Amino acid sequence: MKHFRHLIKPYLIWSILIIVIPLLLIGLYAFTEEGNAVLTFTFTLENFRKFAESTYLNVIIKSFRLGILATVICLIAGYPLAYIISKQAEDIQSFLILLVTVPSWINMLLRTYAWMNLLSDNGIINNLLGLLGIDPITMMYTDFSVMLGLVCNLMPFMIISIHTSLSKMDHSYIEAANDLGANPVQTFWKVTWVLSLPGVLNGVMLVFLPAISSFVIPKLLGGGQYMLIGNLIESQFISVGNWNFGSAISLILAAAILILMRLVKRIDVMGRQEE
Amino acid sequence: MILLFTKKHTQFFIRREMELNKLIELKDLTKNFDDQQVLKGINLDIYENEFLTLLGPSGCGKTTTLRIIAGFEDPSGGQVLFNGIEISKIPPYRREVNTVFQKYALFPHLNVAENIAFGLKLKKMEPIIIKSKVERMLKMVGLEGFEKRDVTLLSGGQQQRVAIARALVNEPKVLLLDEPLGALDARIRKQMQFELKKIQREVGITFIYVTHDQEEALSMSDTVVVMNNGEIQQIGKPTDIYNEPENRFVASFIGESNIIEGIMIKDYLVEFDGFQFPCVDKGFEDNEKIEVVLRPEDLDIVEPEEAKIQGIVRNITFKGVHYEILIETQFRTYKIQTTDYAEVGRKVGLKFGPEDIHVMYPMGAY
Repeated sequence: MKHFRHLIKPYLIWSILIIVIPLLLIGLYAFTEEGNAVLTFTFTLENFRKFAESTYLNVIIKSFRLGILATVICLIAGYPLAYIISKQAEDIQSFLILLVTVPSWINMLLRTYAWMNLLSDNGIINNLLGLLGIDPITMMYTDFSVMLGLVCNLMPFMIISIHTSLSKMDHSYIEAANDLGANPVQTFWKVTWVLSLPGVLNGVMLVFLPAISSFVIPKLLGGGQYMLIGNLIESQFISVGNWNFGSAISLILAAAILILMRLVKRIDVMGRQEE
Repeated sequence: MILLFTKKHTQFFIRREMELNKLIELKDLTKNFDDQQVLKGINLDIYENEFLTLLGPSGCGKTTTLRIIAGFEDPSGGQVLFNGIEISKIPPYRREVNTVFQKYALFPHLNVAENIAFGLKLKKMEPIIIKSKVERMLKMVGLEGFEKRDVTLLSGGQQQRVAIARALVNEPKVLLLDEPLGALDARIRKQMQFELKKIQREVGITFIYVTHDQEEALSMSDTVVVMNNGEIQQIGKPTDIYNEPENRFVASFIGESNIIEGIMIKDYLVEFDGFQFPCVDKGFEDNEKIEVVLRPEDLDIVEPEEAKIQGIVRNITFKGVHYEILIETQFRTYKIQTTDYAEVGRKVGLKFGPEDIHVMYPMGAY
């Protein structure tokens, strides 16, 4: 394998070009003042001080709340589905997993526009309700529509990662637990759930990270006033043009996510030691 | 050595001998997977304190039988009685049996002590009692001080011991063992055979042991049940199974044998390979077609004129304790195990006594 080692070099160069350098640039922008010339920088912490203003703090709090809620919903709804799928015969399993991924074959923007058509005040759902004599319900541009969009988009990641850990679990663990006197409920919580935790954590990360930093779904389903941290960053870069402040927010978001993930991992390790 | 005529007779002898209570009764047990019948009517009584082995080649139904007793499989027909009560519909977690799984199935997220305590914790026992029971079990299986070890880092033999401790700590009436030594290397296997037997005597409960290894079955069991194609071929003590195989399958599966078609002239007289031999078997019809088993280790090489059957040495292989010699005669090639050496090409006689001849019904005759 040794002589294949050099093959990694193009990828290494590519990664440095598109990941490491932009990251360094974000760091540079975050700590400098607006309007620098190409080679002269004025360093400052002003961007971070600005973020401490309550307007911006509220945005990050709201984003985290939304991200956590979306993750919890995906977990509660996704786990039973993944569990049921993992109990099926092998060929049925792969078919069901295929069905779970089918929505992601369609572009995310298209799917989001479809939701807009379904949910809007004179959209399909309200028209149907109207036929039943029920007054239209405002669903678009609310927390509900944003949450619906996030959950529907991210659910497959949760289901697939839980299913992976459930389906590769040795069935004899469950038989052993039964054999030792555990009824189905006890078996689930003492064996199945604990052994599937790596998959659950994987799913949580896969859902939480995109949920907290998404900006297309909140923008389209939440409307122009719906400000999440992703929208904030986007607006700083695209419409306001303050790249420095945008970079600072990006860094803060990255740091917050890293800290949170560390905590989750910690809880996971502790939980296993306690068992 | 007498011939035990039928399966019913064999059971009758065991029952008289043990004079113990029947613990488990399997009555006409059948099991179908899809359109394949893997158990074709198993009738078996299992007694208290018995070390019973289900022995047979893979696919013979022995594991399925064990899994039905454990409750992991539902029988397609027939009954499973435990202390006289039908238990086929009772889920595994309410049965008074525990299982040692083929690959141990130790919970990877729990350490040694937690694995063993799993069943006790479910019964909501006091932590102090659990601790002392776990310690006692670890001592019995020779793993003192292993409480806090990670089960995934133990050797195969150690995992095996933890699995046995985890099952026995619940004080089951019956311990089920599904090829528990299959994954161990030969040396540890031998040692574990000895220890399993010791543990069984110590705890004094019934062990039902599944294996395809005839040596394991013969050395550990009180009773061996030989199975093939979903049917019981013979039930008996290890010595009976070995010395008095009831049919060709048992004779060839347990140990090596020369199986010869012959005719039972009358009681105590059998004819094969063109000669008549006195034997110790009786109870067959006169002139009935039978099969004769001659174990390789029961045959001796003598000068040609001293024996009726004569042949030429075709092959000799050194096996450590003995030589294995192939002797070609007029009708067939005999396999012999002896400590005597005989060079290839030599003309020899084959000698055996009346008690070395085991007469049995040919396959499918009953």
